[in-house]
Amino acid sequence: MRKRIAFLLAGLLALAFVLAACGNGGQDEEGNGEEGDGEGVRLALSVSTLSNPFFVTLRDGAQQAADEAGAELQVSDAQDDASQQQNDIENFVTQQFDAILVNPVDSEAVGPAIQQANQADIPVLALDRGAEGGEVATLIASDNVQGGELAGEELIELVGSGSVAQLEGIPGTSASRDRGQGFQQAIESQDEVELVASQAAGFDRGQGLNVTQNILQANPDIGGIFAQNDEMALGAVQALGDRAGGDVKIVGFDAVDDALQAIQDGQMNATIAQQPDQIGSLGVENGISLIEGEDVPEEIPVEVQLVTEENVSEFMDGEEETNGG
Amino acid sequence: MSSVLQRIRPGELLARGGPLAGLVLLVAVMSFLSPVFFTTNNLFNVGTQIAVIAILAFGQTFVIVSGGIDLSVGSVLGLSGIVFGWATAVAGFSLPAALALGLGAGAAAGLTNGLLITLGNLPPFIATLAMLSAARGLALVISGGQPLNPIPPAIQTLGGGDIFGVVPLPVVLMLVMWAITIGVLRSTYPGRCMYAIGGNEEASRLSGINVFNQKLFIYTLSGFFAAVAGILYTARLASAQPQAGFTFELDAIAAVVIGGASLSGGVGSASGTLVGALILGVLRNGLNLLNVSPFWQQVVIGAVIALAVMTDTLRRRRKG
Repeated sequence: MRKRIAFLLAGLLALAFVLAACGNGGQDEEGNGEEGDGEGVRLALSVSTLSNPFFVTLRDGAQQAADEAGAELQVSDAQDDASQQQNDIENFVTQQFDAILVNPVDSEAVGPAIQQANQADIPVLALDRGAEGGEVATLIASDNVQGGELAGEELIELVGSGSVAQLEGIPGTSASRDRGQGFQQAIESQDEVELVASQAAGFDRGQGLNVTQNILQANPDIGGIFAQNDEMALGAVQALGDRAGGDVKIVGFDAVDDALQAIQDGQMNATIAQQPDQIGSLGVENGISLIEGEDVPEEIPVEVQLVTEENVSEFMDGEEETNGG
Repeated sequence: MSSVLQRIRPGELLARGGPLAGLVLLVAVMSFLSPVFFTTNNLFNVGTQIAVIAILAFGQTFVIVSGGIDLSVGSVLGLSGIVFGWATAVAGFSLPAALALGLGAGAAAGLTNGLLITLGNLPPFIATLAMLSAARGLALVISGGQPLNPIPPAIQTLGGGDIFGVVPLPVVLMLVMWAITIGVLRSTYPGRCMYAIGGNEEASRLSGINVFNQKLFIYTLSGFFAAVAGILYTARLASAQPQAGFTFELDAIAAVVIGGASLSGGVGSASGTLVGALILGVLRNGLNLLNVSPFWQQVVIGAVIALAVMTDTLRRRRKG
């Protein structure tokens, strides 16, 4: 009985190989060099969790891009479980997909699974979070430098002239470094607004409150604060009380629900939203390029958007962000 | 009389005062470096900012004096805050009921620690390490990983209000918990048992102390103090955060030890712990005021912790 099942499985696998080969053949025939033409291409996407709206939007973006290109896309949900993700990717390797898109649950833990894909010569693309331990063709993630710059420009415009402060994230993290670099660029490009204090508050609301209190003590006249994530910005709102959003302008980063609400209530002035749908669609487009033998850059930064009082309502329906800080 | 005064040299004065002398020195240095440091407003800011850590550390003092350690207090703080937040913001309980649930959750987590240590025969380090993970996990499960709002106005007042227009309520709450800690340690039977168990557990048992029950009480008390800190943290942010109190156990333990307690048990006091928390708070506040690079701040804080505890142990060695 067991043998018979084994034969059946082997038969099915053989059939799958044949079908896969046909699929590839079909693609070769149609290969007309046009970018994004993925007719017959088979892509797999392993998402960290679909219970977070951010990643649902990422998947939708990928699915739409795949549909437009005529490619097949299979999606698995690891439910934030690193070992589940490993199984998912192993299955994709067994199924011989043409390329695998991975949105890692954990950058370290995903390594062994990616190595398996490497051994099977299947290109792997990392989405939103990097991966350690295996070879990844490209990392597609939000452009934090651009986001920091955008936030800085908005804060400078809001404040006009005077001094501002910055709440930094966890020292040494890439999100803190990149957002800080962008903000610094914006500050250095003009002379009206001066950065008088820049202190770490660990991406944390409680620390954001304490550190803002201290900064205000030393610099009572600041006209604005840029916080490298919304949690710290909301801490600053708490520290400033009635002055938040009016006397002292506050710009955050991430567009989490509480921050969008604070913008609508006039306690915060702006935040930066990532575009998870873009991360998904760029993943599919570059996956197809890789399969067609084209080179893709090692890192593909995805543009971010400024959210202010004017457009905050567009973001209020569930789009949120939980990574990167 | 004059001969006594002559015998005390200035260097010795610093060593004799221990942690308090260190705090005075630190305050003097900060006042010299920053013109805004020694102002009423800023000093009350420091008080407000250390209130949560100090209350956690008071609870930790009971445990450390009895020769144990409680690594779970940061997570228990988070769990209590989330249980309270869930009860008011999601389940719609009345304020007293929500407070009782939040404080009860902390005490229950502490009692569980005690049971794991006594019945389960686990070392306190492992039992409370397990609770560190489990309590944080429960906080995430209950909240779904999201902050819970809104928090009732009365509780928000506890976080942002003051009495007589100057003294912030978090400072008042901290002083109340300080007084309770002094009372328990100095004037109650369980308090004296803590010193006895920490000094020599076997001797305490042989002299008739019910070590089993006392340990349950000690860890429950620590859990309860963590819950009070959790409510206060929630009050200050006007929002219950699932990640509240992350790594706070390290600050709490540092405050207790800087305050002169011994990790091998039997030694420690509420006032020492308060001084320890103040040293950490003054340092963080002062470094912010001076706009010191965040990278260097961590180095400075580490150095001060090491120095503070070292002067204290040297002082003891000289005495012995």
